[in-house]
Amino acid sequence: MVQMGDNLVVGCHCTADVKDCMLKVESLKYAEEACYNGILIIKAFSSGLEIGSCNWSITSPKGSIGYISSSVFSPVVAMSFNYKAFQRSDVILCSDFSSCNAPDKYDDDNNCSDPPGDDFSSSSDGDVNAEESAMLLSSDEYLEEMEKLDFICSCSMDSIKAGGSVLIPIGRLGIILQLLERFALALASEDMKVPIFVVSSVAEELMAFTNIIPEWLCNQLQDRLFSGQPLFTHMEMLKDGRLFLFPALHSLKLLKIWQEPCIVFCPHWSLRLGPVIHLLRRWSKDKNSLLVMEEGVDASLALLPFKPMEMKVIQCSFLSGMQLQKSHRLLKILQPKHVLFPEVLKQDDGPSETSFPFSYYSENKTLHIPYAKEDSELDIEIELACRLQYMTLKQKDMNVSRLKGELVVERGSYRLSLGNDKLMSSQTGPVLYFGKIDLNGFLMELQKKGMKFTVDEVKGDRGSHKAYLVHVLEPGEALIELREAQTLISTADENLASLISQAVCGVLDCI
Amino acid sequence: MGIECLVLGAGQEVGKSCVVVTINGKRIMFDCGMHMGYLDHRRYPEFSLIPNSQDFSDSISCIIITHFHLDHVGALPYFTEVCGYSGPIFMTYPTKALAPLMLEDYRKVMVDRRGEEEQFSSEHIVRCLKKVTAVDLKQTVQVDKDIQICAYYAGHVLGAAMFYVKVGNSAVVYTGDYNMTPDRHLGAAQIDRLQLDLVITESTYATTYRDSKYVREREFLKVVHKCVAGGGKVLIPTFALGRAQELCMLLHDYWERMNLQVPIYFSAGLTIQANMYYKILINWTSQKVKDTHATRNAFDFKNVISFDRSLINAPGPCVLFATPGMISGGFSLEVFRHWAPYEENLVTLPGYCVAGTIGHKLMSAKIPTQIQLDEDVQIDVRCQIHQLSFSPHTDAKGIMDLVKFLSPKHVILVHGEKPKMATLKEKIESELGIQCRYPANNETVCIPSTHHVKAGASDAFLQSCLCPNFKFFKTDFERGSDLDDDFPQGDECCSTVQPGEEGR
Ligand SMILES: [Zn+2]
Repeated sequence: MVQMGDNLVVGCHCTADVKDCMLKVESLKYAEEACYNGILIIKAFSSGLEIGSCNWSITSPKGSIGYISSSVFSPVVAMSFNYKAFQRSDVILCSDFSSCNAPDKYDDDNNCSDPPGDDFSSSSDGDVNAEESAMLLSSDEYLEEMEKLDFICSCSMDSIKAGGSVLIPIGRLGIILQLLERFALALASEDMKVPIFVVSSVAEELMAFTNIIPEWLCNQLQDRLFSGQPLFTHMEMLKDGRLFLFPALHSLKLLKIWQEPCIVFCPHWSLRLGPVIHLLRRWSKDKNSLLVMEEGVDASLALLPFKPMEMKVIQCSFLSGMQLQKSHRLLKILQPKHVLFPEVLKQDDGPSETSFPFSYYSENKTLHIPYAKEDSELDIEIELACRLQYMTLKQKDMNVSRLKGELVVERGSYRLSLGNDKLMSSQTGPVLYFGKIDLNGFLMELQKKGMKFTVDEVKGDRGSHKAYLVHVLEPGEALIELREAQTLISTADENLASLISQAVCGVLDCI
Repeated sequence: MGIECLVLGAGQEVGKSCVVVTINGKRIMFDCGMHMGYLDHRRYPEFSLIPNSQDFSDSISCIIITHFHLDHVGALPYFTEVCGYSGPIFMTYPTKALAPLMLEDYRKVMVDRRGEEEQFSSEHIVRCLKKVTAVDLKQTVQVDKDIQICAYYAGHVLGAAMFYVKVGNSAVVYTGDYNMTPDRHLGAAQIDRLQLDLVITESTYATTYRDSKYVREREFLKVVHKCVAGGGKVLIPTFALGRAQELCMLLHDYWERMNLQVPIYFSAGLTIQANMYYKILINWTSQKVKDTHATRNAFDFKNVISFDRSLINAPGPCVLFATPGMISGGFSLEVFRHWAPYEENLVTLPGYCVAGTIGHKLMSAKIPTQIQLDEDVQIDVRCQIHQLSFSPHTDAKGIMDLVKFLSPKHVILVHGEKPKMATLKEKIESELGIQCRYPANNETVCIPSTHHVKAGASDAFLQSCLCPNFKFFKTDFERGSDLDDDFPQGDECCSTVQPGEEGR
């Protein structure tokens, strides 16, 4: 998603570069399969952090990897975290750092102690996880977020009633959209006519865009579509002049309609860029005005240039990832074969009671995780499989078959099919002999064919075995030299040569 | 185990689409439509033919609805609320949003206007739609551990989708209704190259090869323009969803181009409401409409005003969209009574009208004529009549193109007329070498399914098999059309890789 703090981007690259780069990006729907090289299936699943934010899974015939970044189970605007998509991944790479930035503040929120007798090891199906899932999805988080928004809203109303304005340099789209709705409701119920301005170079595009993407929103907002309401009220607010969008503060139109008190959303949360600087200078001495900031910014530092501040300041933290306990609970449900945590989590009490192996990763270091299975999965068409004529190897406990077919690499899997050549050619191809000649077996074969012979062993310098020499005396004369990787038959008699050759084949495996 | 197709509707006919496909033991119902031509038990598919029909939730793994037309979704509330099916149901977001409008509209017509005993209530419709899971295009959905489904763009109407279903190693595509050429507001059908055992395709126009749609649109605009230029009133009876928006876009663009000031009205609240849905769901329209949405939402018809009864006899020219489409009653009939007697006025008719409706009578009438409404009321019809001839269904070439592109092992034709289906079957078998069937209603067709043996392959084996000379090719499928310039094609695509040579 485009952040309201777009000015930052422009500061680092030129717009043409950004556009050029975006042309190279292939966009995907949630859960749409993108196939790389035929063999890797790459999919994105909603993470719940913001509209369009996602976690990724990569599947190959040898295994699967899930990459889970900051995720929110029940967000207020974006589609919720689709964690089920990561069930039974071979490796899960956790990069949700939210729990290490801020220590778990909402401990009491997790007063639900571990359910009695949760015994996943013996259970095979996901249903038993229903209780755990219910806990992950509990509406607590959602309600708590809503409470915060209500709080901001009521503080804002107080300021406005006292004649002050409200300045909101928050870059999170979901929060902005929710606040807009709340302000509209609150102002209407107080019968106040206070203009709301969104000042950003992308404001117009963003507002138009958010109203046409029901597929990316949470269930509560999707239900509005299905019950025939607009997704957000801001379209209506724009129409009846409660909301105004401007690319910049100095737009002539804005200056014309500007009135105070008012509510302004604008970048940038750092308070160092964009329209927020001007408005802070204007209102910082007004004790009735209100500044709403997101937690995570060092307020004292950020506000330093605007001192002395008379203006009220609220700092609010919004959900931006999983709490540690929830993430452990989640991994229990997902049952991955291996989990990777960021090293910063090492000092925490770690996933001690987990049933899965895990390791820590750190910056600029490559970790090697062995494949869960050595072999790749291969689908053999039943028509082809039926034609395979297995034979048991003499020297190993193994069945082998010759096959002719087509190996297709498609949509992340290998498939062996008959191909266009519908005729199996196991008989027509050249016969291949292989294996090691076992001396005793070979001598017995010779005996069966009525041969008489003597055997010598040839030894190397230190008495190591080098070869056997078999001198055939009857029915004709021949010398057979048996080496580790070669057998040499020397005779003047063609018939005898062929007989010996048969004996050699008799002790070898062939296909 | 093979693939079993039980055709419960749209077998050798058009109406109540419903095909129950059993793949590797999983049973999937494609569409759950209603026949608009019958009022007795024949209007619903014969659900009792489904094996284990005393417990549909147990015998059917999921229901997939392709689009909001009643002949595809009309029986769904009956099936879930009266027959008791409670399993998963899938349809696209627009279909989930628009289907209840269609169902409710139909229910009202049946109960309020014909005084018929209701088959399902408003409550039923709401409860039924609550059970529906909305899906996005190309989103892969794992229904259970064996069934995977995926929707592809079908054109036809807003939100129409073809569905790919894979159970184990067997896979089927059910097209629903589709359009291979883009129209004013929708793009052309679009699907990936897939490994398929079976394609079940509609065949409404199994033997028709259509000329350029552009010509027919121009014709329509010409007669409308001529009428309003001469001070006449234009009545466009239409269904609330789909055609209304398409025609309105057409007129709206033309109005802007020609700088016409004549008012365009929409009659029912339903249509205004529908326009709101279209605005939100603009991502499901054609690329051109999408590209311009930020500057102007194409469904924001700023010249379109909502109509008031008092305007019926107001002086001056105007254009009015009114429901229902076939002038079978309601507001379009009320307006028709007032406007038909004047020769400067114009009434357009949809391409197809059911017998018994005024629309049907007008199709064959010679103007001027008189039409009997009931015993006492008779209307003199002197206005001009124009029959629309563009259809949101693919023509025969489109069907052949799609089948050829997908190259399944088998094809089943539904949603068409028997003799035409027979001709198309011959063509598919002789030209494409693909076996094709067109079963009648309540008939079951069995075709073999694909099975694979799972095996493990070592790296060495795969490496020695795979030739390094990969060939990449684009698998996305789109057919060019006479409107290519007007409608830039989508640019999404997906590539698959196959070994360039036979491995061994
Ligand atoms: Zn249809």
